[in-house]
Amino acid sequence: MNFNTGDTAWILVAAALVLLMTPGLAFFYGGMVRGKNVLGMLAQNFVTMGVVSVLWITGVYSLAFSGKGKWIGDLHQFGLNHIWQQATGFETLTIPPLVFCAFQLMFAIITPALITGGTADRIKFGAWTVFSGLWLVLVYAPVAHWVFSPSGWLFKLGALDFAGGTVVHANAGAAALAVVLVIGKRKGWPKERMRPHNVPFVLLGAGLLWFGWFGFNAGSALSANTLSAFAFVNTNTATGAALLAWLITEKIRDGHATTLGAASGAVAGLVAITPACGFVSPMGSIAIGFAAGVICCLAVGLKNIFKFDDALDVVGVHLVGGVLGALLIGLFATKMTNSAGSNGFFYNGGWTLMGHQAVAVLAVVAYSFIATYILAQIMDKTVGLRVSEEAEYEGLDRSQHGESAYETAN
Amino acid sequence: MKLITAIIKPFKLDDVKSALQAFGITGMTVSEASGFGRQRGHTEVYRGAEYTVDLVPKVRLEVLVDSAEAEKVIDVIVKAASTGSIGDGKVWSSPVDNIVRVRTGERGVDAI
Repeated sequence: MNFNTGDTAWILVAAALVLLMTPGLAFFYGGMVRGKNVLGMLAQNFVTMGVVSVLWITGVYSLAFSGKGKWIGDLHQFGLNHIWQQATGFETLTIPPLVFCAFQLMFAIITPALITGGTADRIKFGAWTVFSGLWLVLVYAPVAHWVFSPSGWLFKLGALDFAGGTVVHANAGAAALAVVLVIGKRKGWPKERMRPHNVPFVLLGAGLLWFGWFGFNAGSALSANTLSAFAFVNTNTATGAALLAWLITEKIRDGHATTLGAASGAVAGLVAITPACGFVSPMGSIAIGFAAGVICCLAVGLKNIFKFDDALDVVGVHLVGGVLGALLIGLFATKMTNSAGSNGFFYNGGWTLMGHQAVAVLAVVAYSFIATYILAQIMDKTVGLRVSEEAEYEGLDRSQHGESAYETAN
Repeated sequence: MKLITAIIKPFKLDDVKSALQAFGITGMTVSEASGFGRQRGHTEVYRGAEYTVDLVPKVRLEVLVDSAEAEKVIDVIVKAASTGSIGDGKVWSSPVDNIVRVRTGERGVDAI
């Protein structure tokens, strides 16, 4: 096989960049929880890196990318057997299949990790560890297959998702909502004050996410060329626009433009541009980013209206942002950026693409929500998902890990 | 003998300290405190959700003085600590039975 060394080198680096997003996410979330739960949050994210790294190589990669199935892959590449063969539909790739497998692994790590923001402060560490592995197999593998694999039914339909707006963000967001409904509200929420204990951590995490996201989005070109450059520039532009839009929305509504808002806006922009970054123009990415900044800023208030304790706003940022980005492709996609893509409504493509995007969004959100809800219910009824009331009061750091992050945790 | 206790705004500590030194006070104890009075707390907003912080950081300053000087010292503190806005704090005095200087064993007014 003829591999391109430039492409290969870039995707190896991109994979490492995407891995860094999960520790970044850990700090982004860790800063937002109370000081007695910060190690719990970091540990949940890190253990996901362990669980998924092992399971992906063992069989989940094969389930997601091998075979010609419409709904799920096969076990042809179980244990990385036959890994010299490209994944089905990726035969023209110019990078070794093992590099593709490693790159996709990093996506599989961060997707379940995103859910920890919803269940913050109250999920048992052991239960989370088991849940993350089961969710990877039962929810992530099929959804990744539907959308990313050319054999998958949503890919065949013509739905576009460049880097995982549906597979990663809408998927994790819908799953977080389901687990949150099963596990229940934190003791005291919404009456008790649960302020972020370390906003600088949140900014540090957001910075690492932004940096790593270049690997996530520009790496999803699976090559080093103009397309990856478009994805790179669109990612950065949309993120900047979303950051500004979130701050403007806060300033008008609350009177202050906050640092937490700057971090949140950046992440909302990163989420929304993820599915679109390889299909839209840089000017289109400004529109997508701006829309994400305003809409996600308003959407985080939904939990207060509907009384679900999505602690760190996985629904408001990842579900809403992912769905928004996936749908806006239907308006802003242009073949000038990517000849393998489609034209959206603003580029004389009519509403066909929007229709495909809507089907993909509905299918992914519905499947993720229902399957996750069932999985969470089964786990809650058997091993139990939630820590005891005493452990919750004491904090996850001490009750789950026998450690404390600070001398006097509060 | 009196113990004068003042709760003041933290940024006014330097002004009060200098004013007391200029008056001739030779010692004081300062500690960080938090609380609220008519000022109440303040609100912070995180992702649109409001949080009320009702304990405000303050500085507590304590000075031991001869009873005859107490009113004057209170005036010095009040003058130096005042900004005219809500949250300036309070000053009060309370009687003290005895004072001992640990190093020398001096008692009463001599120990001030």
